[in-house]
Amino acid sequence: MTNVLLKVEQLKKHFPKKKKGFSKTTDVVKAVDGVSFEVYEGETLGIVGESGCGKSTTGRMIMRLLEPTDGKIYFNGIELTSLSKSEMRKARRDLQMVFQDPYASLNPRHTVEQILEEPLIVHGIGNKSVRKEMVKEFLQIVGLNSYHAKRYPHQFSGGQRQRIGIARALMTNPKLIIADEPVSALDVSIQAQVLNLMKRLQEDLKLTYIFIAHDLGVVRHISDRVGVMYLGRLVELAECESLYEEPLHPYTKVLLSSVPIPDPTYQKEQILIQGDVAESLPKNGCLFQQRCPFATEACKTIVPELKEVKPGHSVACHLYDEPQQ
Amino acid sequence: MLLEVKGLETTFFTNDGKIPAVDHIDFKVYEGEILGIVGESGCGKSVTSLSIMGLVPNPPGKITSGEILLEGKDLTKLSEKEMRKIRGKDIAMIFQEPMTSLNPLYTIGNQLIEAIRIHNKWDKKKAANHAIEMMKLVGLRRAEELMKEYPHQLSGGMRQRVMIAMALACNPKLVIADEPTTALDVTIQAQIMKLMQDLNKKFNSAVLLITHDLGVVAEICERVIVMYSGQIVEEAPVMEIFKNPSHPYTRGLIQSVPDMREKKETLYSIPGAVPKPGSIKVGCRFAPRCEFARERCFNENPPIYDVSANHKARCFLLEKGEGTVYDKRAVES
Repeated sequence: MTNVLLKVEQLKKHFPKKKKGFSKTTDVVKAVDGVSFEVYEGETLGIVGESGCGKSTTGRMIMRLLEPTDGKIYFNGIELTSLSKSEMRKARRDLQMVFQDPYASLNPRHTVEQILEEPLIVHGIGNKSVRKEMVKEFLQIVGLNSYHAKRYPHQFSGGQRQRIGIARALMTNPKLIIADEPVSALDVSIQAQVLNLMKRLQEDLKLTYIFIAHDLGVVRHISDRVGVMYLGRLVELAECESLYEEPLHPYTKVLLSSVPIPDPTYQKEQILIQGDVAESLPKNGCLFQQRCPFATEACKTIVPELKEVKPGHSVACHLYDEPQQ
Repeated sequence: MLLEVKGLETTFFTNDGKIPAVDHIDFKVYEGEILGIVGESGCGKSVTSLSIMGLVPNPPGKITSGEILLEGKDLTKLSEKEMRKIRGKDIAMIFQEPMTSLNPLYTIGNQLIEAIRIHNKWDKKKAANHAIEMMKLVGLRRAEELMKEYPHQLSGGMRQRVMIAMALACNPKLVIADEPTTALDVTIQAQIMKLMQDLNKKFNSAVLLITHDLGVVAEICERVIVMYSGQIVEEAPVMEIFKNPSHPYTRGLIQSVPDMREKKETLYSIPGAVPKPGSIKVGCRFAPRCEFARERCFNENPPIYDVSANHKARCFLLEKGEGTVYDKRAVES
């Protein structure tokens, strides 16, 4: 495989819970708890999971929009976690983000031109006339017109706004784009347009994506490799085909079988699980133990590590432990 | 037949003029069936459900023509007081946001008992017992304790179960579910859909399911109505619509969904964007985005054609003798 562009090691984010009364000990919510993965140059790594699994927190920590509690992030050989704020700002030239809500992520008082010019000004790219040309060029790249430059965000539809959000991320010619639920606020017909655009841009501009989403169909369509998160931990990481055809972790199996298939003739084996993510968390062992139909004694005490069980397919589950244990 | 909607038009009177959010739609709901209405944002699917419930915000909205017949009785002619007797008793509604549709200041028990006692002259004890029974039925464990809890103490899936329990508490003939699983995670969505299917069988209440998700439709609906820009563009049994989608919009919509079972290089996408309601006045609403559109489509509004016995679609391509053009091009694409 090609070069490792981004490497995340034991990334953690613990948010303090509100203190109760005068108690000194602060409880923490482990939003992300020891996540490690690598992203290769030119690929798309999909990260899926249900709400509260920590997928967005992970994305924001890589951008250092949130400070990690612990762990290291290496981007292109540089350790991002050790950079100062101003150094990090420079590094963000190669590291851009596309947000979920195209209504909230564009400044309503700026024209599209101002929005797209901003990253260029921040990074000191070009002079005024060069920047104006670049804005027009990038508008066309994302399928809008150069005359759109003078308009305000409210004059665009959701799909068009998301195109503007993508153009803004592309302005500084980044290497890695982190897209956090970029199509989940869009209608189905528009969603397909934006996904195709992102795929085309990846080929043309040699981009690397981290694609965070909850929609498993969308993730399969765009990703080369997929990581599944559950309650702050990565439970499975594999090549896209391998994960969807032969999921190993019981949670991944449940997740895949829950997705409604738009084909009434398709008979699927549905695995319904009891309970709900929000119910009380186990203190020790695997976090999925209470909902897992295969839970054993080991699951109650030992936290399963993410281990490679097949070439390119890692899973964090005791079912796939070496038989001697 | 349980419900018949005839020529319903719901208009919003705004500063930009009259906007027909629902533009002369006709459909029927039969007893005990699950009927899906699909469409993208702004197609009028939610306004349709609010019109049936008599909950269109007025002003700016108003039912400007048409009839909504529930077992022969026209709901549009009823007074607010009479309508209240029907809401919750004959027709119940489940909303998308279980977070906002429960009152945060009252306990779950309080809200369920209120809903039950509005339509039944029962004492509190009996109503409470019925509420607990309903909660158990929708798969809520610890029902007795939940009666004393507040909505914020429950997870999204549990709140939606409470909403379903409330909707079914008076044994309605029709349940309108407006995007009931959209705000939920997939594993919880699967649980709720299974529950709705089971309850539909058990109570024989008809369900009008409003959704944008074709996967959900394929999974639980028996018949489907596809709406686009305030109009019904296609209506068929679920098997039929996925096998033989006859309106280019339906076809495009089905092809745009990324199927989890296989990976395609590029997804089919419908060009352009969903038009603002009321922005297209002449011709077929879908014509500007349609790859099969001809001059006629821009000038005349197509009527509804019969494709087969239960299958109708609003497209000129279905006119006798012209269907061949469509079939040929469809095969090529």
